[in-house]
Amino acid sequence: MIPQLTMGPIQYHWPAPQWKDFYMRIADEAPVDVVYIGEVICSKRAPFYEPLYEEVADYLKKAGKKVIFSTLAEVMIKHDRKMVSGMTALEDVLVEANDTSALYYLSGKPHTIGPFMNVYNEETLTFLTLNGAEHACFPTELPEASLSVLSRRANHLGITTEVQVYGRIPLALSARCYHARAHGRVKDNCQFVCENDADGMELKTLKGQPFLSVNGIATMSHTCLNLAQEIETLTGMGITHYRLSPHSHDMVKVSKLFRDLLSNKADPASVTEELKKIRPDIPFSNGFFHRTRGYEWLQQRESA
Amino acid sequence: MKQPSMQRPELVCPAGTPAALRTAVDAGADAVYCGFQNATNARNFPGLNFTPEEMKQGLAYAHERGAKVLLAANTFPPAGKFDLWKQAIDMAHGFGVDAIIVADIGVADYAHRTYPDQRLHLSVQAGASSPEAIKFYCRSFDIKRVVLPRILTVQEIKAVHNEIPCEIEAFIFGNIGMMAEGRCSLTNYATGISTNMDGVCSPAGDVHYDEDKDRNLTTRLGEFTIDCFSCGEKAGYPTICKGRYVTKDHKEPYYAFEEPISLNLTALLPELMKAGVTALKIEGRQRSKAYVEAVVSSFRETIDAYMNGEEPELNDLLALTEGNKQTEGAFKSKRWR
Repeated sequence: MIPQLTMGPIQYHWPAPQWKDFYMRIADEAPVDVVYIGEVICSKRAPFYEPLYEEVADYLKKAGKKVIFSTLAEVMIKHDRKMVSGMTALEDVLVEANDTSALYYLSGKPHTIGPFMNVYNEETLTFLTLNGAEHACFPTELPEASLSVLSRRANHLGITTEVQVYGRIPLALSARCYHARAHGRVKDNCQFVCENDADGMELKTLKGQPFLSVNGIATMSHTCLNLAQEIETLTGMGITHYRLSPHSHDMVKVSKLFRDLLSNKADPASVTEELKKIRPDIPFSNGFFHRTRGYEWLQQRESA
Repeated sequence: MKQPSMQRPELVCPAGTPAALRTAVDAGADAVYCGFQNATNARNFPGLNFTPEEMKQGLAYAHERGAKVLLAANTFPPAGKFDLWKQAIDMAHGFGVDAIIVADIGVADYAHRTYPDQRLHLSVQAGASSPEAIKFYCRSFDIKRVVLPRILTVQEIKAVHNEIPCEIEAFIFGNIGMMAEGRCSLTNYATGISTNMDGVCSPAGDVHYDEDKDRNLTTRLGEFTIDCFSCGEKAGYPTICKGRYVTKDHKEPYYAFEEPISLNLTALLPELMKAGVTALKIEGRQRSKAYVEAVVSSFRETIDAYMNGEEPELNDLLALTEGNKQTEGAFKSKRWR
């Protein structure tokens, strides 16, 4: 299978026109095969985007992209639950489950498994495949050794697999909104302050060291995951799909760079150099893949 | 419509060590929960947990005194290492534990298929926070009880109770998890040790206390400063979600997630009991025998008093809380969020 490039769901709260423009441009210009849409972080944001889903999905499909709808990662209150039951009830739509409440509805129907689902091992993957999953995007904290075992089992089961290779890493979810808290508010009266930070709100330690970034109820890495150097290993182990997680910078250019890498038209070092130019203020990381601290960046030695 | 009568709840207590198990049982625990000495349980700290032999002895001690033993096998096996979790399930079933607490779908499936008669509880680490999620686990693995995440109000717990086919266990005291349990990689990001896969949050080996010449204390986890304390302030154990940070709008250090604080639902117990909660859980397998003794006996007295229709004298557990601060967290009001 030719490696497929995917654009993950937007994790941040962007104004609806920016949200729509992003997808239109991805449809027109980005060499990605699959595009995920749907609010995965906060059900309060969803009403801004929901009226645009159909139009955006149609536009993406006309551009030859496969469209998958992602469900909410944390499901708790009535509104969250309605979003999940609504999305999973859509007909002729492929849905990515990001929480087990989605599986309650999707069992027995073809669906995909998102990175917020805890698929850490081959037994879980087998159960989910028998339950109807035909594709799985693995959690970002999984190291190479585990991905390799999972990929082998997936090939055995006849399902496709995905790994996030670019973008800030979702690290934790909470019931509390930390964006609201930073502004002295609570979730119910947040007034959508998360809209101020298109790529998350940077959290620094008391020594001034950038550490994490806050995105509503989600806590994300400060660093930007970049697995350009590891793509060869990933394709070697049989991973079929490579996910870019959207940011406010030029994602068309990012996807072109990864497309070149996947088609062996560019090498990891030059791609990383180019990626750095797009967003010089956010350092890269690849520690999780190498079974070390997630924020670390292990530079591969130049191959002769 | 279920009547909001008060049913006698099971008091579920932490047993990090065989000694703590005996202490908890003697202090009035209806059930204790414990784990094996490896990554299969979510409190995989040095010096804690049970060898197989200790587990057998602990079970005998508890059962002779009418208490149940729940085995926590509630972490997520990384691919290729599943056998360790299988062994834990096999042993626990062989020893005759009263229930196994699972979180991973693969582990739950293995336990359910291999030992269909084994009672299974769904760990808080599974993060099942909605009736649909809980029903998915019940339907798939015949789960008999769910341990609810510490994010719901009592009213919401009551609503969940009315929609699910299994029992509810709710936390009433101890550490308050700010992040959805089982869905947090913060420790791994900072230290390279994964809470989900290795069973440790804020591993002691990565914790550093640095004192400057003015005796100000800085706490670090790996490379990252978590908090600073001036001389005389009591320094907390550095966990990422209880640290102080700054942002572009918040130049003054603030607790971005939560301050060091413990959950204490003593005052909400009658409401919880009326909400249909079957079991009340005390957190703290990493805590001392003295802690277990004090907290378990206090809750034993309080619950018994409520059951006898008396107004209990509420013991002061403040000294046993983190940072000497306590909260009713999410349970009291939505404004906690």
